[in-house]
Amino acid sequence: MNFRTIPVSAWLGIISASLFAFAALFAPLIAPYGMSEIVGDVWEPMSAEHLLGTDNLGRDLLSRMIFGARTTLAIAALATIVSFTLGAFLGMAAAVIGGWADQVLSRGVDLLMSIPTLIFALVVLSVMPANIATLILVMGILDATRVFRLSRAVAVDVNVMDFVEAAKLRGEGRIWIITREILPNALSTLVAELGLRFIFMVLFLSALSFLGLGIQPPEADWGGMVKENKDGIIFGIPAALIPAGAIAVLAISVNLIADWILNRTTDLKGGRGGN
Amino acid sequence: MGLALTLIAQRISLGILMLFAVSALIFVGTQILPGDVAESILGQSATPENLANLRKELGLNEPALTRYFNWLGGIMVGDLGTALTSGASISEAITSRLGNTLFLAAVAAMISVPIAILLGLFAVRYKDRWPDKLISASTLASISLPEFFIGYLLILVFGVKLGWFPTVATVYDGMSFGDRLNAVMLPALTLTLVVLAHMMRMTRAAILNVMQSAYIETAELKGLSSFKIIWKHALPNAISPVINVVMLNMAYLIVGVVVVEVIFVYPGMGQYLVDHVSKRDVPVVQACGLIFAAIYIGLNLVADIISVLSNPRLRHPK
Repeated sequence: MNFRTIPVSAWLGIISASLFAFAALFAPLIAPYGMSEIVGDVWEPMSAEHLLGTDNLGRDLLSRMIFGARTTLAIAALATIVSFTLGAFLGMAAAVIGGWADQVLSRGVDLLMSIPTLIFALVVLSVMPANIATLILVMGILDATRVFRLSRAVAVDVNVMDFVEAAKLRGEGRIWIITREILPNALSTLVAELGLRFIFMVLFLSALSFLGLGIQPPEADWGGMVKENKDGIIFGIPAALIPAGAIAVLAISVNLIADWILNRTTDLKGGRGGN
Repeated sequence: MGLALTLIAQRISLGILMLFAVSALIFVGTQILPGDVAESILGQSATPENLANLRKELGLNEPALTRYFNWLGGIMVGDLGTALTSGASISEAITSRLGNTLFLAAVAAMISVPIAILLGLFAVRYKDRWPDKLISASTLASISLPEFFIGYLLILVFGVKLGWFPTVATVYDGMSFGDRLNAVMLPALTLTLVVLAHMMRMTRAAILNVMQSAYIETAELKGLSSFKIIWKHALPNAISPVINVVMLNMAYLIVGVVVVEVIFVYPGMGQYLVDHVSKRDVPVVQACGLIFAAIYIGLNLVADIISVLSNPRLRHPK
């Protein structure tokens, strides 16, 4: 892999996404104060002591941002894993098995997708216990519909290739066909999609937390922090814009990386010359 | 006209079928707990008597299928049931709120659709030059910015610092149209910014697709100006995909309204839904969920019908 071929925009994305990941991983080491430690007055402006000022209860905003990165990124990542495992496996299975199994799964997914994701999530969350496991499962399952469609479409294309036919004639089972023949050939498309799904999860989780239905306080997460500090806006205190802006910057960075991967993999279609 | 009518009739029946399936899904979505609604409403501290009373009140002692058909039967005659928390009729509460939500979405559409189409044309005219590149970049920003970032930024700049618009979108009965418009301006602008870039980009793609045609080359060889070619020759043929894009974005507008209404404390359907989700008021949530889903399915249906109608080959079959 040649580093020079990576465009500037992708570099920007990689650098800023790594910064976020670093903050999330080493949160307790780099945060200047504790997550829910009250260290000053309410909504103090930015100063040398509190680089981003303080929040609605007088907690250090920078520290909460760093701990929030941890919660937001971890939960979004777990939900993405659920969504990908479920969606990709079912999508490829539907393509390989075909027939009624494909019909049932595909029509079921059509039905789920005919209700806007956020609305259906709200309906389900109204009866579910408010905890993190529920949140991850609901977000993961609802988003798996998108991954299902993509992986089914890719798998249908691969499934008619000669090498798959050969594997079937050799008498390989369906699990082998899915994991050894189709998955490796669908991987590049799925990896580019992974970034986009992850960002969608971050935005989805933040929207839920902002509505008060996601991560519950005092746990810090970016969407919830916007909610906590939103009352300051009418007094001209921009504290709520900091977590909102962090979500935006993260989303843009990951999109830049995904764009680059997508362009790279489409370039590969012609011939697999240099790496 | 025959073929087009058959297609439309098919599409409408499919839409109605979909609506029934969705109502069942929403109903099932609130029944998937291992316990039941009464337990999740009362929490762990509930006594057996309280639970039994609430179950009776909610009609939970009847089988789920009976409850589903009772619910569905009520909806058919416009009765959405009563809210658990207040005991008030849901239909009454929803009527005015639905009106508010549709008003907000309509204002947002009035602003965003013309701008999106004009900028789309502009991007085609200056393809691969800086206006086009700027539009592509803004699409990236627009899909990445959460609604609350745009919303609070607008409040901070236009509401607090400049004082042009109210920071909270209060509307009440008997408000004049002008006041109402002023009140919803910031939420409408937020929604506009959320959908604009996507609509613009799809318009650009639809027109560019037509620009490949032979008759466009003819028009170029005739020496027409590029704006005239786009306006007179490309746009009329791209109108169907463009309308489709607009409709899909309208569907998104209606849904995206949920977060925006909470940001601006606007008394619409979205706010009503979110309030009752946290109160675990299941009948209200089911009713709102169904209405949002119906609007979404309806707009997708309209998009399909328009694309059938705008295709002359289907309108006048040989």
